[in-house]
Amino acid sequence: MTFDPIIAATRFGTGLSPVIEPPWDAESMLGKLGGPDQAAALMPIAGFEATTPTLAFIGALNKADREARGTDGEAAAKEAIRQKNRELSDVSRHNTLSTLARCVTAQDGLRERLTLFWADHFTVIGRGFNQRHLVTPYIADAIRPHVAGRFADMVKAVVMHPMMLLYLEQTRSLGPSSPQGLKSGRGLNENLARELLELHLIGVGGGYDQTDVTQMAELLTGLSYNAVHGVTYRAQQAEPGAEVVMGRRYSADSALATITSALEDIAIRPETAAHISRKLAVHFVSDTPDPDLIASMSRAFVDSGGDLLAVTGAMLQHPAAWSPVRAKVRQPFTFIAAGLRALGVRADRIMPLGNGQFKRHLTDPLRLMGQPFEQPVGPDGWAEEPAAWITPQGLAGRISWAVASPAEFVDTLPDPRKFVQTAVGPTAPPELIFAADAAESLADGVALVLTSPAFQRI
Amino acid sequence: MDRRGFLLGGAALGCSLAASPFMTPVALASGPWDNRLVIIVLRGAMDGLDAVRPLGDPDYAALRPTLNDGKALALGDFWGLHPGLSDLMPLWQAGQMGVMHAVSTPYRDGRSHFDGQDILEAGSLQINGGAGGWLNRMMSVVPGMTAETAYALGQENMAILQGPAPHLRWAPEAKFDLSPQMRRLLELTLHDDAMFRDAALQAVSIADSLATEAMAAEGDDLDIMMAPAKPGSEANLAQFAAARLREDTRIASFSVNGWDTHQAQANSLPKTLQRLSQTILTLRDGLGPVWDKTAVLCMTEFGRTARENGTRGTDHGTGGAMIYAGGALRGGQVVGRWPGLAEADLFERRDLMPTGDVRAAAGWVMQDLFGLTATQVQQIVFPGLDLGNAPGFLL
Repeated sequence: MTFDPIIAATRFGTGLSPVIEPPWDAESMLGKLGGPDQAAALMPIAGFEATTPTLAFIGALNKADREARGTDGEAAAKEAIRQKNRELSDVSRHNTLSTLARCVTAQDGLRERLTLFWADHFTVIGRGFNQRHLVTPYIADAIRPHVAGRFADMVKAVVMHPMMLLYLEQTRSLGPSSPQGLKSGRGLNENLARELLELHLIGVGGGYDQTDVTQMAELLTGLSYNAVHGVTYRAQQAEPGAEVVMGRRYSADSALATITSALEDIAIRPETAAHISRKLAVHFVSDTPDPDLIASMSRAFVDSGGDLLAVTGAMLQHPAAWSPVRAKVRQPFTFIAAGLRALGVRADRIMPLGNGQFKRHLTDPLRLMGQPFEQPVGPDGWAEEPAAWITPQGLAGRISWAVASPAEFVDTLPDPRKFVQTAVGPTAPPELIFAADAAESLADGVALVLTSPAFQRI
Repeated sequence: MDRRGFLLGGAALGCSLAASPFMTPVALASGPWDNRLVIIVLRGAMDGLDAVRPLGDPDYAALRPTLNDGKALALGDFWGLHPGLSDLMPLWQAGQMGVMHAVSTPYRDGRSHFDGQDILEAGSLQINGGAGGWLNRMMSVVPGMTAETAYALGQENMAILQGPAPHLRWAPEAKFDLSPQMRRLLELTLHDDAMFRDAALQAVSIADSLATEAMAAEGDDLDIMMAPAKPGSEANLAQFAAARLREDTRIASFSVNGWDTHQAQANSLPKTLQRLSQTILTLRDGLGPVWDKTAVLCMTEFGRTARENGTRGTDHGTGGAMIYAGGALRGGQVVGRWPGLAEADLFERRDLMPTGDVRAAAGWVMQDLFGLTATQVQQIVFPGLDLGNAPGFLL
């Protein structure tokens, strides 16, 4: 069980390509990951602040629309809303296509996979059409810059991001005994505190209880967001007194630094190290990862103070990561990305997709395959088990996409006999080589390759 | 060897075309029962105290200063139905819809959606939801079960039906038009990987049975009269479920989401309750005469806090309500033992105290409608459950 370029490109990347070489060793993968983010520079995605229409603008439009009802201005207000909706869908389309194009053309596929992994770990779901276009910007701001950095920095960026504050309702939480809490009679909303402990940091079974959740929620009070003032810290909303979370007492100062230093501290706890290491190993290697792999990653996490480049490195340097058993299945988004990558599709064939094609060849198929883009059901994100994806309708969705969509992205489909080698590598099973040759059409032949277990398992 | 020869002499790859399940429809035998069970999982934790309001409880009004808006529809002199469920009033009046209140799963203290749903679907604190659901174990105790007997519907993972007993899963909007040659070759490429092969086989069999029905249904007044539901909506799932349940299917399960009302509950909950109402009414309409043999149970992972929170919503709680419907149950009543809402009567002084177990409710339905024994229910379907007294909703 040693390094293998095919496994490197598939299990730890976005797939094989006729125009991009697979990695040649783990060191070069880590070197690229630790270097500059070239894909983001080539295919930019605006962050939250730079994305328009802004939430403040949308809020103002909606208010104007309500006020204009029954007046002469009603038609104009409605048209402004329609124009805003067109802009929102343009932003969403651009962001989705850019995310896809980065995966399809990446020299550094590991960075793309890690970005998807961490975005899922810190799932944010846009509440409604007016917020959905802001999830990719959230990922660009809070997730991607930190995938090879310190975990604590990612945690802080996430917790301080408007989209997380909105999604897990920190915007609705007040210290019940804070000056504003006493005045308004409002109180805690535990949502963010609970998910931080349960999903993001310690993990279920990591030894926290309801008291810790409540203490964590009190600790986070003061931090909020609104569309007009942005992210704010207001001492008059902070619950007075020191909080104790999992046996550690944090400062009684009503200050943002109290929150950030507590997050720093919890982010490097050994429970967090174990939870994060296990989750990475489950995502990339196996639903039942080798305990020694997790131990090795946890050690790297603790020793480095949560340096994610070191943790990812420990995974790539462990023999269990290179097991010939392909225990994972590509999730729908990476399935589509890997399919287009195997076809050698260029970014300039992806980015200009219009609304109709975008829906027909990307967003509708993703929904049918069970993974509507950036819209999982809850904050625990997407399922890891292969059986959750390879269901009758999930597989039907993959097969239908593989038959109908590749031709939209290339001038001519490749010869399926050659495409087997390009997409799967030199170890393609004989029945797949036969089937690719026996297909009635190029489209069917390409689809047989893309839907084969040899392609879908990584 | 040329390609035809290789294919038709498929023995070389260990599968004979004559017996190809991709080419011949899978036989769909009916299950051993005549009654139907639909489990709707309400993901996100429905606020039972708002959906079915204990207006007669002396402590209720103080706990719900804004949510108690005076608009509830009277259900007798103690209970009030949330106006979002008003479409179900005719069912209530016909004795085909009712409520079991102050119920929960055995989950306590965690108040996590995911753990709560895990336990609801696993039906046990001891079993991990990933290891299979209780509807699946229910099927495993009855011989003669086929895949067609049970359906998990929609694009969501229904752990409640997962497990070794055969069942089908389908999203009604999935299409699967493949040439015969493509089917043959897919069988070849997927054959050696059981997970892929089984999923594809089921997809082919469902798609074929749907295509056959679509042809047969042309000119069928009933199907034309049923307005097509929006793709992907719960009403669409209910329509599909009803069509299957009219045939050989006996058990169906799907989700209705959108119950996590931490803030401004008065804005969001009515819409979700209306969607649930439409889902139940679509089932009723689609099932026709079979409605009289049907039990629908709407279960959620836990209830919500007794007190309104600071943002006019409610947080994760414990006890809640189970809405039930169908002609096979006795509706027009709120059953269950009411614990009261005085602070000392609340669970941990914050949540409605559960006095009943939703699993026992489902267990009694299984005994009554599907002939399972109490031992089977308490040892296999819900290991460790005490069924207790029969709930008042059995006919």
